[in-house]
Amino acid sequence: MRGTTEAINLVAYSWGLNNLGKGDEVLVSLVEHHSNIVPWEITSKLRGFTIKYAKVHPDGTLDYDDFESKLCSKTKIACLSHVSNVTGVINDVKRIGKVAHENGALMLVDGAQSVPHMNVDVQDLNMDFLAFSGHKMLGPTGIGVLYGKKEVLEKMPPFMGGGEMIKEVSINESKGQCSVSWNELPWKFEAGTPNISGAIGLGEAVRYLEDLGMDNVLSHEKELAKYAVERMKECGKVTIYGPSSISDKLGIIPFAIDGLSSHDVALFFDNYGIMMRSGFHCAQPLHEFFKLHSSARASFYIYNTQEEVGRFMEILKEIEQL
Amino acid sequence: MATVEDYVARIEGTCGAESDVIVVFKYEKKDEAIANILKKATLKSKIAGIIFELTFGNASFRLYSNGKAIFRGIKNKEELNRLLAGLLL
Repeated sequence: MRGTTEAINLVAYSWGLNNLGKGDEVLVSLVEHHSNIVPWEITSKLRGFTIKYAKVHPDGTLDYDDFESKLCSKTKIACLSHVSNVTGVINDVKRIGKVAHENGALMLVDGAQSVPHMNVDVQDLNMDFLAFSGHKMLGPTGIGVLYGKKEVLEKMPPFMGGGEMIKEVSINESKGQCSVSWNELPWKFEAGTPNISGAIGLGEAVRYLEDLGMDNVLSHEKELAKYAVERMKECGKVTIYGPSSISDKLGIIPFAIDGLSSHDVALFFDNYGIMMRSGFHCAQPLHEFFKLHSSARASFYIYNTQEEVGRFMEILKEIEQL
Repeated sequence: MATVEDYVARIEGTCGAESDVIVVFKYEKKDEAIANILKKATLKSKIAGIIFELTFGNASFRLYSNGKAIFRGIKNKEELNRLLAGLLL
């Protein structure tokens, strides 16, 4: 896969187009990245199924009661981000997956923001699909992963045709027929020349993170986020969105400063060599829910230090004076 | 004769509900672009000599010393081009 987006598109097209129709429902949440909404919106137009959106609480945490009440026998797949890319909230995908399976639905997890930052055990969490990207976990861009349960993947037709995904192509010109058979998994979904260098790079990134230990990665990030949130609360003009406690979230802090657009904030930090994302973060529905035009997002990873958080705070206090 | 393209590396519409536009000036021309803009626009405030709050006609914008500017409430590409031509040329 090229990344999480392509992985979810593969499921929406290969599994969705062949398993969804009128009367069926796909359940997603309002916290989703556009990549876990738009592929379903596109394929719903082709197959006529309905998409249901589960609500979130005012602090950005998932409304589990709403999600679970919308899971029913019509639901064929539940799609949920493991960690919100806007708030950093960790969703209990095991709980949702259990209810999804009890209703006969599959469970797709967008792991773009969880796999790089914490231990994710696909067997323990019992997810049917997990998608994630290389570039968010120290790997190259243009490479990602779709995990799927073998028995589900076996029943899915190829997403794209040609190259590695072929076992045999035979043309009988006199009969005007072409018979095609697919390769085995995982090559059935590996059309064209593979991204060899990307896969090697991602493999090394995985080894590097495993050597560090994902528990260490998570605790380092949480430590930085806790320190940053505590310091940010000292700033009178700063509003932090999402839950106030960092116990169930990762090192992602969405915030706003009174009287300034998120882009002003990001450009100000940029001037000091600190990069942050501003805008909708490809999650417009969640921003609309928060009634926000956009937000600035500070995020931390293993290469960040407490001194850098301190520098971030110095600049934040300067911006407050604008 | 100089053109806007001589100074501008790229223009990005911001992601969000605001209709802001970020202009990134070419690295080798950024000092000249900043000097031209500061000559023509009206300075409203300045922070540490690195951020300038400016107006030009009805437009308000913020200029950063690293060669980026954010223009607010721009309606379309033509309006931005007129604004940049007025400020840079």
